[in-house]
Amino acid sequence: MSVLSIQGLSIALPQGADRPFAVQELDLDLQPGEVTCLVGESGSGKSMVARAILGLLPPRVRIGAGSLRFGDKDLATLDQTGMRALRGAAIGMVFQEPMTALNPLHRVGRQVDEVLRLHTKLGRRDRRVRVLELFAQTHLPDPAQIARAYPHQLSGGQRQRVVIAMALALRPQLLIADEPTTALDVTTQAQILHLLRELQRQQGTAVLFITHDFGVVADIADRVAVLQRGVLVEQGTREAVLRHPQHCYTQALLAAVPVLAPPARAAPSQTPQVLEVQHLQKTYRRRSLRGHATHALDDVSLMLRRGETLGIVGESGSGKSTLARAVTGLVRADSGEVILDGDAMTGLGRRQLRPFRKRIQMIFQDPYASLDPRQRAGDIIAEGPIIHGMDRAGAQARARELLGLVGLDAAAAARYPHEFSGGQRQRIGIARALALEPDILVADEAVSALDVSVQAQVLELLAGIKARLGLSMIFVTHDLRVALQICDRVAVMRSGRVVELATAAEIYASPQDPYTRALFAAVPGAAWERSAA
Amino acid sequence: MRRLAFAGRRLALAVPVLFGVAVLNFFLIHLAPGDPASVMAGEGGSATPEYMDMLRHKFGLDQSLPLQFWHYIVNIVQLDLGYSFRNDETVLSLILDRLWPTLLLMVTAFILSVVCGTLLGLLAGTRRNSPRDGIISVLALLASATPTFWLGLMLIVLFSIRLGWLPTSGLETIGAFNEGWAYVVDVARHLILPALSLAMFYLALYVRVMRASVVEQTRQDYVTTARAKGQSERGIVFGHILRNALLPVVTMAGVQAGNLIGGSVIVEAVFGWPGIGTLAFSALQGRDLNLLLGIFIVSACVVVVLNLMVDLAYGILDPRVEL
Repeated sequence: MSVLSIQGLSIALPQGADRPFAVQELDLDLQPGEVTCLVGESGSGKSMVARAILGLLPPRVRIGAGSLRFGDKDLATLDQTGMRALRGAAIGMVFQEPMTALNPLHRVGRQVDEVLRLHTKLGRRDRRVRVLELFAQTHLPDPAQIARAYPHQLSGGQRQRVVIAMALALRPQLLIADEPTTALDVTTQAQILHLLRELQRQQGTAVLFITHDFGVVADIADRVAVLQRGVLVEQGTREAVLRHPQHCYTQALLAAVPVLAPPARAAPSQTPQVLEVQHLQKTYRRRSLRGHATHALDDVSLMLRRGETLGIVGESGSGKSTLARAVTGLVRADSGEVILDGDAMTGLGRRQLRPFRKRIQMIFQDPYASLDPRQRAGDIIAEGPIIHGMDRAGAQARARELLGLVGLDAAAAARYPHEFSGGQRQRIGIARALALEPDILVADEAVSALDVSVQAQVLELLAGIKARLGLSMIFVTHDLRVALQICDRVAVMRSGRVVELATAAEIYASPQDPYTRALFAAVPGAAWERSAA
Repeated sequence: MRRLAFAGRRLALAVPVLFGVAVLNFFLIHLAPGDPASVMAGEGGSATPEYMDMLRHKFGLDQSLPLQFWHYIVNIVQLDLGYSFRNDETVLSLILDRLWPTLLLMVTAFILSVVCGTLLGLLAGTRRNSPRDGIISVLALLASATPTFWLGLMLIVLFSIRLGWLPTSGLETIGAFNEGWAYVVDVARHLILPALSLAMFYLALYVRVMRASVVEQTRQDYVTTARAKGQSERGIVFGHILRNALLPVVTMAGVQAGNLIGGSVIVEAVFGWPGIGTLAFSALQGRDLNLLLGIFIVSACVVVVLNLMVDLAYGILDPRVEL
């Protein structure tokens, strides 16, 4: 007897959307005690399924056909009062971003308490005891203190534990988790996945786990369902789908996931070094009387050889982005030297720095936020050369040429950023960085916001361009898989320090620092891949 | 404890602010042509130059400007705001007499605009694009486009002259000598129209700020979380959205607090309200420099205190704000 039986579900989008149905004729059964992963790329309609189950579809989006049988009820036709009684009690939900999913003005204890207040007749005291129990169950340290904290006072992992405590407060039969670990660091992600698995086993909950990450799927799924543009193309057990995918889309997706191992590479040649960083220090001052100063960079030294790709790997707050920005001159270090081809960049004024800026260019993480929405793609790319003295017509011609180089049509120059997909925008970002003919590219999480298939294409493009133009690259990422694939050497950062720096092959084969080992252990799907080998 | 320390720090910072205000006011006022002696002499119509010199000497106006300023600052530090020769009374007692009607008017208008503006904005924002939202939004637009003095006059025409429901002007009925409860009711009836006129512009502004803020908050993830908990729509609005949506309104209220005194000059003139505003106006007319400067410095104090209160309120409302 399945907990939830979805039959022939179609979710209709409003007129003018890119397709008439977000999800089309979906059949899916969720069994008690099983984790079903619904996998798909952005726009596949996977989140719509979650929202349809809870009756929380966005305005003007509605269930077009089909039934959602939950016990003796059909969630597709149940009224709001009926839904409210189920939500939070029989069906729990965990969201992607725990910071925004919690009300910033209420203490977290009160937010969990709200669920108990709404669905039980427990008194104030009993509810408080239950809240503390739940916090202990989700392994939050010092539950009484956590309950009094506001969301902004907790870490990302702690916040997600609070959200999980909230979702599981009344031991629901069904838990829906929509990308619950995507916003978290890898080591935190591993802990949260472990926790979800543990609680789900204890309580026999059926879980619908929505994700785009096959590593996560390998770690947590019992069953897997793959969604492509609203159509379920394949479903089966984890073994079947991951080891022997039948549908070509599933095969392509799995092939696009970078393997957690460095590819065979020619031994690094001893080319001359192009960039050197010596004893770089950067401290962000404490923001209030009671705050702490942050050591974003703590005595960082490294060097980059010509034609090499150096990976900077670390979790949020490790200082990797600050390092990228200090190298490009966007952030001024407190002390230490950045030496480009023998010339020290530190201590230069704005004007003196300008010729150096041209030689180091940056590709940013968020392809949506990093392009001026009111500038045409051609102008975005041409702006740099024009600033550095190229005439307008020449710069525009160069922009069109570069668009070709990054695999876009020259006609794209006349279009605005919102007319492109995420992957295409990142290509524009790369073309913009290349426009000044730099010696060094600094890519700060340049593929993190992209779907796996797009990510693979952009990585390939970057590697190709780098080889063709003889560039050197600093590649900042949180993703060890990507780092091993693309980088010659990898530096692992933690709390502003480089804890380990070695070639990709060495760091994979014999990580020296315990933190590096912890990072490798936390990579989603790592255990699964080892078991296959 | 932390809030207390914050308040203490802010009050300490207020000292240089008030000093700056004193400096600016003093020299600006002395830039204007004419002094109290010439005005008084002009009113008499037959003053000799000797008499004017005598007046100037008596008022201390024959001293050099820096010396006058020095005396002024020393007096302020001793809480001595000087003497109004026109009114034959100390400036402090004149101001204290007129302060409470103005504070009464200001506080009433402030509360009226914040409370009504927030409620109407909430009503509009929770039903976006409904007829209810349409009516409230159009009224708010009209109200924010209406000049205060004109609104005041129209309110008098309608409620006092046509309908005869409320008195036209003043703080109390002259010659009634009400006492106790009857006095309170009498003042309240006199208060309604001026408070309404003073409140209207900001009330309309709050409606618009609150409406936009409610609409924005409604889209936030924590609202979806609350729905996923099984919370009712009413529970979501009052339990979650309201407090979050209030934050921009509180910011705006800080701005209003600073503008209330300026606005009250016009309203007091229209309604013959015996407050600081009318006092300032007559002081300006009579070149009563001491009185004018005293009013300025007291107003500055009131604004500093109001702003501090708004900041403290913000800190209580939003735990993320570090005071």
